[in-house]
Amino acid sequence: MRAVGIILAGGKSERLGELTRNRATSALPVGSCYRAIDFSLSNMTNSGMTKVAIITQYNSRSLHDHLSSSKWWDLGSKQGGMFVFSPYQSGENSMWFRGTADAIFQNLTYLRRSNEPYVVISSGDCVYKMDYDEMIAYHERKNADITVAYRQVPDNDDIRQYGVMELDAAERLTDLEEKPLEPQSDLASIGVYVISRPLLIELIETIVSEGRHDIVRDLLSRYRKRLRIYGYRYDGYWRNLGSIHSYFDCNMDFLRRDIRNDFMVQSPYIKTKPKDEPPAKYNNMAQVTNCLVGSGAILNGHANRSVIFRRVYTGEHSSVSNSILMEGTYIGNNCVVEHAILDKDVILHNGARIIGSPESPAVVIKGQEIRA
Amino acid sequence: MRKKEMIAMLLAGGQGSRLGVLTSSKAKPAVPFGGKYRIIDFALSNCVNSGVDTVGVLTQYQPLQLNQHIGIGTPWDLDRRNGGVTVLAPHMKTESGDWYSGTADAIYRNLDYIDKYNPEYVLILGGDHIYKMDYSRMLEYHKQNKCDVSIAALSVPWEEAGRFGVINIHDDNRIYEFEEKPENPKSNFINMGIYIFRWDLLRDALERDNKVHSDSDFGKHVLPLLLSEGKRMFAYPFTGYWKDVGTIDSFWMANMDLIQTVPEFNLYENFDKIYTGSDHQPPLYTGPNSEVRASIVSEGSEVLGKVYNSILGPDVIVEDGAVVKDSILMERCYVGRNTRIERCIIDSECTIGDDVVIGTGDNTVNVHRPKIYDTGITVMGENSSIPDKVEIGKNCVIFGKTEPEDYQDGKLASGESIVKKVNANGVRA
Repeated sequence: MRAVGIILAGGKSERLGELTRNRATSALPVGSCYRAIDFSLSNMTNSGMTKVAIITQYNSRSLHDHLSSSKWWDLGSKQGGMFVFSPYQSGENSMWFRGTADAIFQNLTYLRRSNEPYVVISSGDCVYKMDYDEMIAYHERKNADITVAYRQVPDNDDIRQYGVMELDAAERLTDLEEKPLEPQSDLASIGVYVISRPLLIELIETIVSEGRHDIVRDLLSRYRKRLRIYGYRYDGYWRNLGSIHSYFDCNMDFLRRDIRNDFMVQSPYIKTKPKDEPPAKYNNMAQVTNCLVGSGAILNGHANRSVIFRRVYTGEHSSVSNSILMEGTYIGNNCVVEHAILDKDVILHNGARIIGSPESPAVVIKGQEIRA
Repeated sequence: MRKKEMIAMLLAGGQGSRLGVLTSSKAKPAVPFGGKYRIIDFALSNCVNSGVDTVGVLTQYQPLQLNQHIGIGTPWDLDRRNGGVTVLAPHMKTESGDWYSGTADAIYRNLDYIDKYNPEYVLILGGDHIYKMDYSRMLEYHKQNKCDVSIAALSVPWEEAGRFGVINIHDDNRIYEFEEKPENPKSNFINMGIYIFRWDLLRDALERDNKVHSDSDFGKHVLPLLLSEGKRMFAYPFTGYWKDVGTIDSFWMANMDLIQTVPEFNLYENFDKIYTGSDHQPPLYTGPNSEVRASIVSEGSEVLGKVYNSILGPDVIVEDGAVVKDSILMERCYVGRNTRIERCIIDSECTIGDDVVIGTGDNTVNVHRPKIYDTGITVMGENSSIPDKVEIGKNCVIFGKTEPEDYQDGKLASGESIVKKVNANGVRA
């Protein structure tokens, strides 16, 4: 293979509130059975990459749990494999990663010990399906130093939360501004980069020695004139799980057949850690419409337009709509759940009600018990 | 090789001919069960859940799907450096080569495999029953009673005992007699086909019996031989759920057991899970106009129509307006718009067109195989298809890609068959 992978999975987002209190954004459960990181990770192995590093930091336990074995992503091999890096102490260094570039700097040995000509860097908190091999081919055609994947941001999405790129007619990067107040284009970086491995090592060593630690600001933006940095247009489905809203919408997107086909049906599909749950069980009173349902669920109540994860139980005469019920949620009899996100293992006792609004879904934190 | 206390030998070579077209291209242990599983998963998962990490799987009849399913044993955590799962197919030796001609003969031909691990005990299992059992407890029992052989035994209603191999025991569970399908059973304990032997004893018995019977069989030869020699043989009483799924009707019933509100055989416990070889476990989807009741639905399925009292395997699609009732649909089946299916078993990869009706009309038994298809269930073999707008009766068999011209006036009467597929083994429908 021509590239090794690095997935930056250390981040947290303040705008996710309680959902990321005890987990990394990359460990967020998505679409009934996935974790956010499954998308970048599957993209890498689906692109033929056999050696992938995942760099974790914030609440890394949740990710380590999910990544306990590499075989589910076809990375359990002697050649290559899956490497999970967390901050560590050593003779020279006892610091947390000070930024994305520093996170790579502190694990530079991984890159030095590789032989592949390229590195693909992506983030672990985006939901998308992309063939990095095509992007590498584009990178070679353009004779680029660095290639940055971007997409055109639709009108209903606020571009000011992304890295906004300006490109010339040949797609070469002329300007890159992180979260600009006054965006100069509607093109946003999706945080996927291709760069030659020796060049990445050189650049990372240089900028970190100058006390700079951020890939976007200190590398892409600062070097945009010195290096040949090109944009690579991506037109497929993409969502960043940076806020409660985008998290909610992303899950609801999976109720669309085209989205499901893309991620789950059409090969190569997104892979995740199997949980070996039995088939979902619909009992006599169940009425479940327009719902995604994970295996091991036992359904007795009504549910509509909701994403139901694995091992969820709903009681008789309960009603769930426009909601996300994460793994192991227990809904008793006669409960009502509307416009809500119920984190893992939440228990609703008989008759409990959780009602949010479309503008602001109610969030119930992991393991909480709610009584009527 | 590190010595193993107990290894398992799983007999998975059987044809399961009474399952008709369901076993035409796969061995009985490879037949899908309970949506996402295959029959062999239960015995294999029991091994792992009991701490038995070395399992030899003896295959013979149509082993391809079984081999692919087992692979290197990853789903059962049997991909191990020492032990794990090994598929043992019949093989040539310098002098001659032969098929396995009996259950004990199959073990005898793999003495080398067992010797390699030099176990104290060998667990012999069939790969064709639905149950959960902790074999380590049976081993404890075996040791406590200083058994030479222990045999798992199930007590069944007296009137059913005569259909099985009956074990007659003393008060302390010591066996004094075996009776095969007795007319007047003296006991209602039946042999479940699960044995623990001391390996040295079994090895010796297999070698001796092979000189006498070339079709050496546990039930017919080896067990009676050891009993006649006064060996300590005990029945290990088992009380849980155990089902033989050897016929179309028992297969259908055991599947339907799973859709009870609180099933007697509960797959939803957090311990002793049943594992299966599916690398892809996406969620399932039930559409805006769908209705699914008293059913279990496996990963990746899309239900837009209505499903009642049914078992759906992975990646099944039931289109808008379709109604599936009292049926079993295995992996990757497609049910077209406004199609109605009742009391059917539909094997993997089948396509059923729009506006089809299956399972209608009188209950005439199957004309060609009256003993196999006689309970009203229509069966569709693997990778078959049915065109739009045809009507199919009860006890029918469909196997192969059928075309509109195969149906006279767009109909197939109850008890009739359409078999278009001829494989290497000839047609078996």
